[in-house]
Amino acid sequence: MSTDTAVPATTATDAAERAREILGVSRLTNRALTSWLHGLPGVDQVGAEARAASLGTRSIKTTSKAWAIDTAISMIDLTTLEGADTPGRVRGLATRALTPDPSDLSTPRPAAVCVYGDMVGHAKDVLGDSGVKVAAVATAFPSGRASMAVKLADTADAVSAGADEIDMVIDRGAFLSGDYLTVFDQIVAVKEACGGARLKVIMETGELVTYDNVRRASYLSMLAGGDFIKTSTGKVQPAATLPVTLIMLQAVRDWRALTGQMVGVKPAGGIRTSKDAIKFLVTVHEVAGEDWLDNHWFRFGASSLLNDLLLQRQKVSTGAYSGADYIADDSPSLY
Amino acid sequence: MSTTTRKPAKSAAPSRVDVRKTYKLYIGGKFPRSESGRSYEVFSTGRSPKFLANAAQGSRKDARDAVVAARKAQSGWAGATAYNRGQVLYRVAEVMESRRSQFVAEVQAAEGLTAARAEANVSAAIDRWVWYAGWSDKFAQVLGGANPVAGPFFNLSSPEPTGVVAALAPQGSSLLGLVSVVAPIIVSGNTAVVLASQERPVPAITLAEALATSDVPGGVVNLITGVTSEVAPWLASHRDVNAIDLTGAADAPDVVWGDLERAAADNLKRVLRPAGSGVTAVEPDFTAEPGLERLEAFLETKTVWHPKGI
Repeated sequence: MSTDTAVPATTATDAAERAREILGVSRLTNRALTSWLHGLPGVDQVGAEARAASLGTRSIKTTSKAWAIDTAISMIDLTTLEGADTPGRVRGLATRALTPDPSDLSTPRPAAVCVYGDMVGHAKDVLGDSGVKVAAVATAFPSGRASMAVKLADTADAVSAGADEIDMVIDRGAFLSGDYLTVFDQIVAVKEACGGARLKVIMETGELVTYDNVRRASYLSMLAGGDFIKTSTGKVQPAATLPVTLIMLQAVRDWRALTGQMVGVKPAGGIRTSKDAIKFLVTVHEVAGEDWLDNHWFRFGASSLLNDLLLQRQKVSTGAYSGADYIADDSPSLY
Repeated sequence: MSTTTRKPAKSAAPSRVDVRKTYKLYIGGKFPRSESGRSYEVFSTGRSPKFLANAAQGSRKDARDAVVAARKAQSGWAGATAYNRGQVLYRVAEVMESRRSQFVAEVQAAEGLTAARAEANVSAAIDRWVWYAGWSDKFAQVLGGANPVAGPFFNLSSPEPTGVVAALAPQGSSLLGLVSVVAPIIVSGNTAVVLASQERPVPAITLAEALATSDVPGGVVNLITGVTSEVAPWLASHRDVNAIDLTGAADAPDVVWGDLERAAADNLKRVLRPAGSGVTAVEPDFTAEPGLERLEAFLETKTVWHPKGI
């Protein structure tokens, strides 16, 4: 896993040392973090929204569209995060990830299956070494309201069950009250508990109120060693909007310029149509660059998006509009 | 400019500028513009064709959206009681009745009829709604029923709606023909995507306005105006359309109905062929008593075996 990510920070001391170096301080305090994060340039809200809207108007056709659909499918973290999840449903989802479209075996597989920690084993049983990863949400997802010991145990449990990736939530309460050091320490601790698993840091942008906060949370997450920054849990509205993702993409681009290290981006929640997905891909290309157009660096957290992409893919390959009878029915069974 | 020039009265009343209409489509209970942004001019039929209105020129993507809307509405509409569907259809006839003078004027202009013929035509169209509305809770008894079987079973056949039906409305009979095509589709619980007459879409758009202001749920009838040969193939090949009514393929410019039937075969759609034999399709006489053929064409038969005591 993540051999080419070259994340230098694996232990808490490493992370703190690197943070001190980047901040240019001798001791990592909340005051130092605050002055660094608040020293970031402010986000031009109107400009960001206008830029996102203009990128959303690009028309992607024919072969480019076919490529975009396949790329988007390969970037999906096929997600089920319901209280009513059963082992059978998780197995069903994992089986779908292995063969997304039984009528066309050339369809690429999604990047990962994203489930709750206790379902990791069931997903792993089906996926094995197929290359489709298992991602688990941890740290008292979705609210993040639990003690640190519980969050770490949650993480360690998912990792020991075989999760390849961990999706953690930050403590938004601490972040919004300005206690950046706590958020930093928690991310560092969870990253340490992840071992070899890649860490996605969910910032829950819908609760961060301003774009400036999104930018600060992105930098804080990257500073603490997150391998991915992720918009949302999918449980809060608004979730992954295009302007928010644009700001995060700017952050990872600038982070690479600053440190030489690449960090992934994962918008999650509310992306349902192929058209939406293609807008995101255009934004990735135009803002972060081509290097991020790969499922190692960009993911979609989605459940119903796959079906719409498959419908579009069938339309492209057969020339006729397809329908719900030709894709799998995801709705939970009553039996 | 003004087509209806009034003689100036003594006081020289200011002449009024015509309000020229640009119509839109009817999809999912809303009136959107065509995704393509196009429209086309519609003229009256007769010796000196007059400009009537601009109609939206629907595209394949509008047809796609209409099918999505029809699919979404289908289960709810089929799930309504037959009695309720009959009431809803009857209400459409009521709304049409209150718009009678508008329909008469539009049918007259579209088809080049005399006022009396147009009046009779609209009356027949309204009566046709009422006629089909009455069938809503009766056709199941006529087309289904108990089957005698050699065994200790009750064997019952009951007709069920086919699903989403695409319909090419007749090119000539702009209102009576349209009603005669749409009513039998929806009365049994199907939802319809209707491609209006290419040259005579105005009465169809007014019917859509009548539907929107009656009790018909959004998406049960979706109306697209435009070029038949452009949109029809997409409906014929659409995998999420369960049946297609090719009545309007007769006399539609550049449309070969056999090609549409072939495209429809891809997902085993039910096809109602246009009247006439072979390639020479004709428009049927819609003034005749319709019978149940059109209703029956868009039904599936469910048969249930139930054991009974020996």
